[in-house]
Amino acid sequence: MSSRVEELVKREYEAGFFTDIESDTVPPGLNEDVIRLISAKKKEPEWMLEWRLAAFEHWKTMAEPEWAHVHYEPVDYQSISYYSAPKSKKDAPKSLDEVDPKLLETYEKLGIPLHERERLAGVAVDAVFDSVSVATTFKAKLEEAGVIFCPISEAIEKHPELVRAYLGTVVPTSDNFFASLNSAVFTDGSFVYVPKGVRCPMELSTYFRINASNTGQFERTLIIADEGASVSYLEGCTAPMRDENQLHAAVVELVALDDAKIKYSTVQNWYPGDEEGRGGIYNFVTKRGECRGTNSKISWTQVETGSAITWKYPSCVLKGDHSVGEFYSVALTNNYQQADTGTKMVHVGNHTRSTIISKGISAGHGQNAYRGLVKVLKGADDARNYTQCDSLLLGDTCGAHTFPYIEAKNRTARVEHEATTSKIGEDQLFYCMQRGISEEDAVSMIVNGFCREVFKELPMEFAVEAGKLLSVSLEGAVG
Amino acid sequence: MMLKVEGLHVSVDGKEILKGIDLEINAGEVHAIMGPNGSGKSTLSNVIAGRAGYEVTAGSVLYNGHDLLSMSPEERAWEGVFLAFQYPVEIPGVNNIYLLKAGLNSIRKHHGLPELDAMDFMTLVREKMALVKLDESLISRSVNEGFSGGEKKRNEIFQMAVLEPSLAILDETDSGLDIDALKTVASGVNQLRSPDRAMMMVTHYQRLLNYIEPDYIHVLADGRILKSGGKDLALELEERGYDWVREEAAA
Repeated sequence: MSSRVEELVKREYEAGFFTDIESDTVPPGLNEDVIRLISAKKKEPEWMLEWRLAAFEHWKTMAEPEWAHVHYEPVDYQSISYYSAPKSKKDAPKSLDEVDPKLLETYEKLGIPLHERERLAGVAVDAVFDSVSVATTFKAKLEEAGVIFCPISEAIEKHPELVRAYLGTVVPTSDNFFASLNSAVFTDGSFVYVPKGVRCPMELSTYFRINASNTGQFERTLIIADEGASVSYLEGCTAPMRDENQLHAAVVELVALDDAKIKYSTVQNWYPGDEEGRGGIYNFVTKRGECRGTNSKISWTQVETGSAITWKYPSCVLKGDHSVGEFYSVALTNNYQQADTGTKMVHVGNHTRSTIISKGISAGHGQNAYRGLVKVLKGADDARNYTQCDSLLLGDTCGAHTFPYIEAKNRTARVEHEATTSKIGEDQLFYCMQRGISEEDAVSMIVNGFCREVFKELPMEFAVEAGKLLSVSLEGAVG
Repeated sequence: MMLKVEGLHVSVDGKEILKGIDLEINAGEVHAIMGPNGSGKSTLSNVIAGRAGYEVTAGSVLYNGHDLLSMSPEERAWEGVFLAFQYPVEIPGVNNIYLLKAGLNSIRKHHGLPELDAMDFMTLVREKMALVKLDESLISRSVNEGFSGGEKKRNEIFQMAVLEPSLAILDETDSGLDIDALKTVASGVNQLRSPDRAMMMVTHYQRLLNYIEPDYIHVLADGRILKSGGKDLALELEERGYDWVREEAAA
């Protein structure tokens, strides 16, 4: 089997093209002046600049975390450029016709055409290219429903009262090393506000792409679902192939008020590095949602196939009584990829429930760690958690690790944890092949089956995409 | 001749299991391979189907005149070799019918036929399910997951009915079945007998042969076929066991 397998494993990263566009990039380095420059370029109000500077002051006192089960050369934060925008942005495009055709071509290659007529019905896209949002579609229809969906820089300008009321209230500027860095230098990201009682009429979607070299991407996303509102949001990510590592340190904050529901799905396909482990994205991300209201619900679904290193723990703070937190995850590591990912479920209110379903797949020399915390505070009566962690190993040189932490301070808490580790079976492969299915199709079928519980949580068109992505990342990774 | 096995020697982890097998099977014939546990029956089935982990040290297997041993397992399936597994494996999350449809369409593609669409496929599935009285609910379940022993074996015969192989190998299809399930499976198999199709049944017990009557019986023991004969041989084996065959062969 192994010679065909080798060929397939070496298949190249499909989104690894680079777009040659003149861009406006600040020189590498991080200091107060750079932050002032970013803030000025974005024409931000004074309070925003002060917020950034405070975060930067705090960041300087912090040390990079070392507890994750990942290994990498230290990042030189002074060699990164903290702002890069396509130059045409200077005369900000008023409509799609004014968007650089090369940029549109890039999106075409990624399969996300911006022209509305070409869009999948019902999906609005806010596309972030390096540091600025290029175009936002479907705005009109959303405005009718009262939903605000725009780049966060635009929200700071047009809806400062909402941004000020919520920004940093879920992930404070002092939260952790990468979150503080993001707070100081974030350049763009999405803002969503769904007003009281409104069901957002369509799936909202953002595509992120790191294009320029030596730049970091620090997007910041803030989603607020007011009382009785509901919204489903999806982000997808890619980056071109480069030999050096690039940093991605995002922060995502979700706020759900009484009876509100937020569903946040991620399909992450950042460049994972080559088969020797050269290059690739460092994906150090802080994602947290707060179920602030009674009966509120936040659900995270993530499919992580890219990045050289992934460090992320989309979490839920269940403050409201009867609130619900969910985390569904597929993380795949192939070649020399490393992932340390999982979630935190913090039960604060009474009768809160959380579910964690994590599927880790390791192939090649990949290292995959699940790290999860279920915390039940003293005053949280009748909290319930169910955790299931399954690991699938393909081959003998990869690893799967599970680090579950449980802190239950209330005697009425019920916490269940189940974990399995299995190797993809020769028996399963042979069975499929005996029925006429080729080995690579069989691997993809079995792995997709393993992930099914998570994929069924994704919006349908993205479930198909996630399945394909997994197949491409893994094809034949069995030796 | 459909299948011609000549002087086949097979080792597993350096230990010789098959020590020179000769066997010829023509289209339309049903052959039973009987023998005590550990005689090499399942090894023979697996080598013909192409399972990894078996080393052929000597001999050849020709299938419709082609060298079967040089073909990959899926190529053998495309050419009409089917194995009904002794222990059908569970594949969580993979739909039972989805797997079968992928298999059937790969086989059709190999023969230059268009893929069956969902409607035509479901019509075919319903027709073939009736053959082995497979419960409708098993369509939407994951491959063999949570199936009873009997359901797993019926599922194998159902797959065979859909894939319509030229050479079907039934590996201990009777094991673990109660008498009603055995009758159902046997009736399914009997309906699939045809002049174009050959079958090789591997079994430890004679009772399967009460329901599926073979044309030939071969006794496999210690890695060799010690005796071949017609269906009456089964009754003799049932009465006298396998030892006398060994003694006769040694003499």
